[in-house]
Amino acid sequence: MNTSSHSNLIMQAKGIVKRYGQVTALDGTDFELRAGEIMAIIGDNGAGKSSLIKALSGATVPDEGELLLDGKPVRFKSPIDARRAGIETVYQDLAVAPAMSIAENLFLGRELLKPGFIGQLLRLLDKKEMLAQAIARMQELKVGIRSMTQAVETLSGGQRQCVAVARAAAFAQHVVIMDEPTAALGVKEGNMVLELIRRVRDKGLPVILISHNMPHVFEVADRIHIQRLGKRAAVVNPKTISMSDTVAVMTGAKTVDELPADAHA
Amino acid sequence: MTTSQKRNIPWGVLGPWIALGVTCLFFATQSDRFLSGGNLSLVLQQVMVVGVLAIGQSLIILTAGIDLSCGMVMALGGVVMTKFAVNYGIDPYAAILCGLAVTTGFGLINGLLVTRIKLPPFIVTLGTLNIAFAITQIYSESQTVTNLPSAMTALGDTFNLGSTEVSLGTVTMLLLYALAWFVLRDTAPGRHLYAVGNNPEAARLTGINVDRVLLFVYALAGLFYGIAALLSVARTGVGDPNAGQTENLDAITAVVLGGTSLFGGRGIILGSLVGAVIVGVFRNGLTLMGVASVYQTLITGILVILAVAADQMSRKGAR
Repeated sequence: MNTSSHSNLIMQAKGIVKRYGQVTALDGTDFELRAGEIMAIIGDNGAGKSSLIKALSGATVPDEGELLLDGKPVRFKSPIDARRAGIETVYQDLAVAPAMSIAENLFLGRELLKPGFIGQLLRLLDKKEMLAQAIARMQELKVGIRSMTQAVETLSGGQRQCVAVARAAAFAQHVVIMDEPTAALGVKEGNMVLELIRRVRDKGLPVILISHNMPHVFEVADRIHIQRLGKRAAVVNPKTISMSDTVAVMTGAKTVDELPADAHA
Repeated sequence: MTTSQKRNIPWGVLGPWIALGVTCLFFATQSDRFLSGGNLSLVLQQVMVVGVLAIGQSLIILTAGIDLSCGMVMALGGVVMTKFAVNYGIDPYAAILCGLAVTTGFGLINGLLVTRIKLPPFIVTLGTLNIAFAITQIYSESQTVTNLPSAMTALGDTFNLGSTEVSLGTVTMLLLYALAWFVLRDTAPGRHLYAVGNNPEAARLTGINVDRVLLFVYALAGLFYGIAALLSVARTGVGDPNAGQTENLDAITAVVLGGTSLFGGRGIILGSLVGAVIVGVFRNGLTLMGVASVYQTLITGILVILAVAADQMSRKGAR
């Protein structure tokens, strides 16, 4: 079990350091993501949670440390680099163009062009193919939205987030990173997105989930990475640790040594 | 259910046509000459300059920007191309290209200030409005350029379509609209322009180079102002340093009347053509009614505020 999961490390960060002037946001933090899991990252404000995510998604370049994707060292200078390497990020502020259709949003910046020289030269859109693929992707993820040609602004907040998640899942080769995907949503809508996150994992894509919402984290995460004071404090198993113990480690009320042995993952 | 059905009526697309119909009906009751073939062809010829300016303006407004300098840049382009041909004896076609290069360059400067220094388009183009006006006056010494070679006014030539006279300039304008409509609707760069206007952050995160799109749009708008300059020169037969003063606001009015949102990302380019015709019909109809041109300007001002208010309210209603 242990050996197989170690050979299945999709993403690995070793000794990542990131300083902003006097402030050390990441103080040699490690991170591991296994194949087929939902790994939640939690941490108090200032624990270096967002800095870690920025380093993993290419939004910042770490000062020190090593990033491995499928065992190979990688360096991302921008989110575009990370995306090219197969890492898609879903941002909390619903990064969609509301006046444009669902199909257009799914393919925004990666439009399919008509085949042939003319299509490539004039960059003519292959709207039929994009529509067909949009329908197929959404069905695959069981997103119950009928028309792919309706504007995203006609959707609810949860449905919009589902479009953003579906877009990431459709294009990610290795990893989907989700930054507070349920933060702006109500209870029902949040559950809809959680369900979708599970389906993305079941499709075979590992997910990194950043969330403040402990019940959500405990509902979907396979493992939880607790970030504290710029370092990885522990990786715990949500099935064997209580929510209060998790929060205690996160805030420093309890040390890692005080946790029961089976809490670690 | 009723709300979703209401939302399905594309007021943004139908509104301009309804406004045009109502306007035409009104003027038809006010003047017998309004609906005559000769008058309608006159309207179309008057529309072509504002119409082409409005294409460039539409592209910029779709990116949630605005260009207050369009008419003045056009005047500069007109003076440059005519002076180059008449005063320096340059081949008229080469002179036209020089004029287009100047207006495109001005657009590029607007674009650079907006993207590199991150200044609001309103302020940038308010500045270049004055700069372009001043350069035009200084360079032309406020003199109208006359005795143009015939090649420069060729687009003002007309042919008969049935009983109506159609100018080559009007045909040029319609072809440019068809081209812009196709590019915006059916190509990747066209959709990127909408995305940049609709949610620049989302566009950036999907890998669209937002600054490059903006820079391209402002430069391209400058090229359209240059073409409008050529049409203006062809129509009037002179290089007029005072051209573009009414057309400046008229072009913005046309775009807004055509249903393009000043907040960016929403609108159909063909609406701007309808908007330009509405503005043209207003000016023509009011002239036929004997309304002085200051009052026309007054009414155009009210018109643009009404159109923006309608856009604002329809957006609130959709929420």
